[in-house]
Parts: sequence; structure tokens; C-alpha cells
Amino acid sequence: MVKFIVRRLLQLIPVLLGVTIIVFSLMHLTPGNPAQIIAGESATPETVAQIEKRLGLDEPIPVQFFHFVKDAATFDFGNSWRTSLPVSTELWPKFWVTLELAIYSMIFSIVFGMAAGIISAVRQYSWADVSVMLIALFGLSMPNFWLGLMLMQWFSINLGWFPPTGWGSASQILLPVITLGTSGAAVIARMTRSSMLDVISQDYIRTARAKGLKERVITYRHALKNALIPVVTVIGLQFGGLLAGAVLTESVFSINGMGKLIVDRILARDFPVVQAGILVIAVVFVFINLLVDISYKFLNKRIDMD
Amino acid sequence: MKEEIILEVSDLRTSFFDEDFEIKAVDGVSFELPKGKTLGIVGESGSGKSITALSILRLIAKNGKVVGGEILFNGKDLTKLSEREIRDIRGNDISMIFQEPMTSLNPVYTIGKQIYEALKVHQGMDKKEGDKRVVELLELVGIPSPKQRMKQYPHELSGGMRQRVMIAMALACNPKLLIADEPTTALDVTIQAQILDLINDLQEELGMSVIMITHDLGVVAETCDYVAVMYGGQVVEYQEVKELFKNPKHPYTVGLLNSMPRHDVDVDELEPIKGNVPSVRNMPKGCRFAPRCPFATELCVTELPELDRKEDGSEVRCWIYSDRWDGDPEVSVRNEERTT
Repeated sequence: MVKFIVRRLLQLIPVLLGVTIIVFSLMHLTPGNPAQIIAGESATPETVAQIEKRLGLDEPIPVQFFHFVKDAATFDFGNSWRTSLPVSTELWPKFWVTLELAIYSMIFSIVFGMAAGIISAVRQYSWADVSVMLIALFGLSMPNFWLGLMLMQWFSINLGWFPPTGWGSASQILLPVITLGTSGAAVIARMTRSSMLDVISQDYIRTARAKGLKERVITYRHALKNALIPVVTVIGLQFGGLLAGAVLTESVFSINGMGKLIVDRILARDFPVVQAGILVIAVVFVFINLLVDISYKFLNKRIDMD
Repeated sequence: MKEEIILEVSDLRTSFFDEDFEIKAVDGVSFELPKGKTLGIVGESGSGKSITALSILRLIAKNGKVVGGEILFNGKDLTKLSEREIRDIRGNDISMIFQEPMTSLNPVYTIGKQIYEALKVHQGMDKKEGDKRVVELLELVGIPSPKQRMKQYPHELSGGMRQRVMIAMALACNPKLLIADEPTTALDVTIQAQILDLINDLQEELGMSVIMITHDLGVVAETCDYVAVMYGGQVVEYQEVKELFKNPKHPYTVGLLNSMPRHDVDVDELEPIKGNVPSVRNMPKGCRFAPRCPFATELCVTELPELDRKEDGSEVRCWIYSDRWDGDPEVSVRNEERTT
């Protein structure tokens, strides 16, 4: 197990290197000179050149890349080109907001998705199953920014139950979490349902029944634990989508999170902040999937980690 | 003195419903099982033998239902019990082992835990007591070093070992009746004999009654006291096992015996039964076996014979043995050469 975790952590290095190359190249391939943007439309070419020199933009790209990787390896992402504040000072508070949003949404997806999936599977073809799957289909097909706007329209503006924007209090958190968590809940519900249905028809469920166990015990102890294996995979993958979805949700609800920050700074060509932000997201994603892989070990005894 | 009957099934009918279409998988099955004896239920795939067994414990799939008949276990009709009452019987008074030991155990729990579950639910044993009993049971079914084995997961055991675990689980609460649904079909031949011997020995030791479901007449000869031969969802013949081999009555039973290799009779070629098992969706109107029966007459094709009880206690579902037989009065279903 320890060996497995260490190996996975070492694999993180090439993954992060890959992410860095892609982000770095994308930033440098996008049209628009950062120095020009910083200096303003009317700046003289001399000023622009000066800024370029200060930021190191006059050096060849491979050299710039080398500098970036060297600093990043020591967790030094430099200062923002826009605000001159250290990148970590800019990033961390917003990172926590986004992480909170993502984690609450994940919990929302898992709780509602699994509960709905189990109900659907246990009562296959009942009205409960049909309505749950219909709602899941809606949840899946609805773009989350639109769902966010609709929720805001009904519950904040028409009914006035929740504040339409901001982040912090419980009433502010609820709508963004529903917005971001719904499509995940729908995917998890459908996955749980089909996985449960598959497991329920297995021979060992019949064995459990022949033993004289109660249906409830059969569903939760014997079926669910087996059915969870593919569901957990989906949960891990969902988390990536969640981080991406956070960008839109944050914009809709004017939440000052990392998604919003990254979008703003891409437009401002603030390379250090964008690069660091995306690296942080990649690290989180890889860690979540590491957790998923570790949880397999507990769910499926046939997996040999080492 | 009449033997005590532990299980009496009469005119059992189990159907599956596909939309509005009724599939009669079991259509009038009757047999009885004296206490402490073994009854073999024999038939080809699709004859309804497994469904009969599953009907006894009410374990048939959701779209299936017992639509008629009685299953008297110690005088109680199992078809009329509440869900709770039948649950108390499952794994306790009546246990079942299945055909597929590879998939019949839950892969995510240790075998010890899976056996203990039955002890906990029916006898309220705590973990410590339960562990002791699990070790006892594993020893009983011949699993070496049970203390270590009980902590293993199913995938760490071979097929034969898993079937032993299934048997240990079935025996956990000292059942009065053990239903074994093709317990050896999925196992290697050498392991088959071991498992059958094990079941036989345990039956003697514990005084259980056993229902052995199989398509293998060799297994029947080795283990059973009585045999019910099933065809097309019905019992066509019920006999004591020695009589069945010596003096089979139904043409289908004769066909089965003729298609089985034997070491005591020298024949050049085995004789298969011609044709195929009828589809459950399209059962013949008369005798289910008539389309494949070499003796079939007009009567056989148009009218279904009853399962008729003879004086010697045997039962047969065939017009040949009735007063209304319209074929050759001297007909002999037996091929003398083969069935001596």
C-alpha cells in the first residue's frame, strides 16, 4: 500500500510537467503581448520593451520555461504581473473558496446521486424509478450556468429566500452548490442505478437471500458495497468536471473564487497567476484520483496494489 | 409403518410474466420426500427443476410467481407464509447450495463473515461464539487450517473449496432440509466425487433430508433414494431409485437411460432422444413428450395425461399405463438389451 502511494506520488511529477508545458505553451501562443497590455494602448515601444525585459519576456521561450519550472519546483511562483502581489497571496484565499464550493457540491452530488440511484434500482420500473431517472436526465442535460440563473430567478429574486450573490453564509452557499452539484448527482444516480441493478442479479445476492437475510441488509451490505466500485470511479472523474464547472458557477453567483480569478487573469495575460492556478487545480485533481484508487483497495479485495 | 414425510409438493405451478405473456416454467409438479432421505430431481436444461427448487424457498426472480399448488414443509404451506416467516426458514430450516460456487459468494467479504451472517441472523450468536462455530463448520466440510481460511476472501479459494464453503454456510444452522441445485456441475470430475461424498456423509451425520437437483443420472444413482424425473415443467415419473434404473416406466426416462453411458452394459452406440425440449412459450397441448416419443398416439398428442399413482408408490404421467391407452396393448417401453 505504502509502495503504491509513493509510486503514485512519483507519477505526479511527469503529470505536472506535462500540465506545465501545455499551460505555458497555450499562454505564449495566445495572441496579445502581456507587456503591451500592462503598459496600456498608448505606451511607447520603449516602455513596452522595458517591461518585457523586467518580466523576462525578451528571453527565448525555452529559457523562460526553464526559469518557470525551476521556481515552481521551490513553490515560488513569483509576483502577479497585474497587481505585483505574490502569486500565493492572490491565490490561496480564492483557492479555499473554490475548494469549499467543489467539496460541498461533491458531497451534494454523492448524497443525492447515490440515494436516488439506490431507490431507482431497488424499485426498478416503479413510478419512483421513472421520476428519479427523468429528473436525472434533466439535471444532466441542463447547462449549469442556466440552472444557476433559473435558481437565482426563482429563489432569490421572486421568492427572496436566498441572497443571489456572494459566498460565506449557509444561505449563500446553497444555490451555488445545487447549481454545481446537480449534473454530478445525475451522473452518479444513473451510474449507481445501473451498477446496483447489475449487482442485484448476481448469484451471491441470491445466496444472501437464501441465507434468510432481510432485503435491507442485502441491499446495503451485500449489493451496495459491490456496486460502489464503478460509482467511485465516476466520482473521481466528476471532480475534474466540478473544478471546471466552478468557473461558470462562480461567475453566475459573483463568487470571488479561483475560477473567476483565472478567467480574469487570462484576459489580462497575467501569466504567473494563471500558470500557478492551473497547476494547483491539476494537483488537486490528481490527488482526488489517488484517493479514489486507494478506496478501490477497500472496496475490491481482488485488487492487489503492490 | 409409513415414513414421516418432511416435504410434500403438490401440483406446484410457477410462472414468469413477460408483459402480459405467461410462461409456465413449472406446471404441475408433485413429489414427496421422506425425512432423512434424498430425492433426486432429474431433467434436461429448461425442464423446470431449478425453478422448482427456487420456488420452495420462494427465491424466484421478481417477475416470477408461484401461481398454484402447495408446498408442505413439516405440515406448513410455504407458499402461504409471510415474507418474514419464509425468511426465518431460509438458511435455517431449509438451506440451499447452488451450481456456481465461483460466483455464489460475495467477493468483498471474508468467507468467515459470510458464514457468520447466517448464525447471527438465525441464532443470534455473538462474534466470538460465531467464530468458534465457523471454524467447526469449516472443519466439518473438510477445509484445512480453518482458522486462517476463515479470514480469506472467496477469490483466494479454488472452486471446490468455495463449494465447501457454500455447504458450510448452508449447514450453519443445522437445516432439516438441504436443497442442492446442481452442486457439482461446475466442478472438475475429481472434485465432483468429493463434494457428493461430503454431502452424503454429512446427511448421515446430521440426519438431514436432501433434494439433489441434477441432469446427471450418475449422480442420482450415487446419492439418491427417490427420483422425480421432470420434463417440460412437469414431473413425468417418480420412483424409488433402484426401481427407476431397473424398471423405468415413462418413455422419457427410458430415453434418458439409453443416452447415458454405462459400465455394466456393453453397447456400441449411445442412443440420443430425438428432437429438442419444447419451448416454454410453445408447449404441446397433449403430453409434453409426445412430439419426441416413439410410442405416441392420437391420444398422447391431444390430451395431457395425469400423474398417476401406482400401488407400489411410484407415479407416472403416461397414457400407456392407463385404461384409455389406444396404442399397441403389448407395448414395452423398455429396450431389453439396454435396461437390464
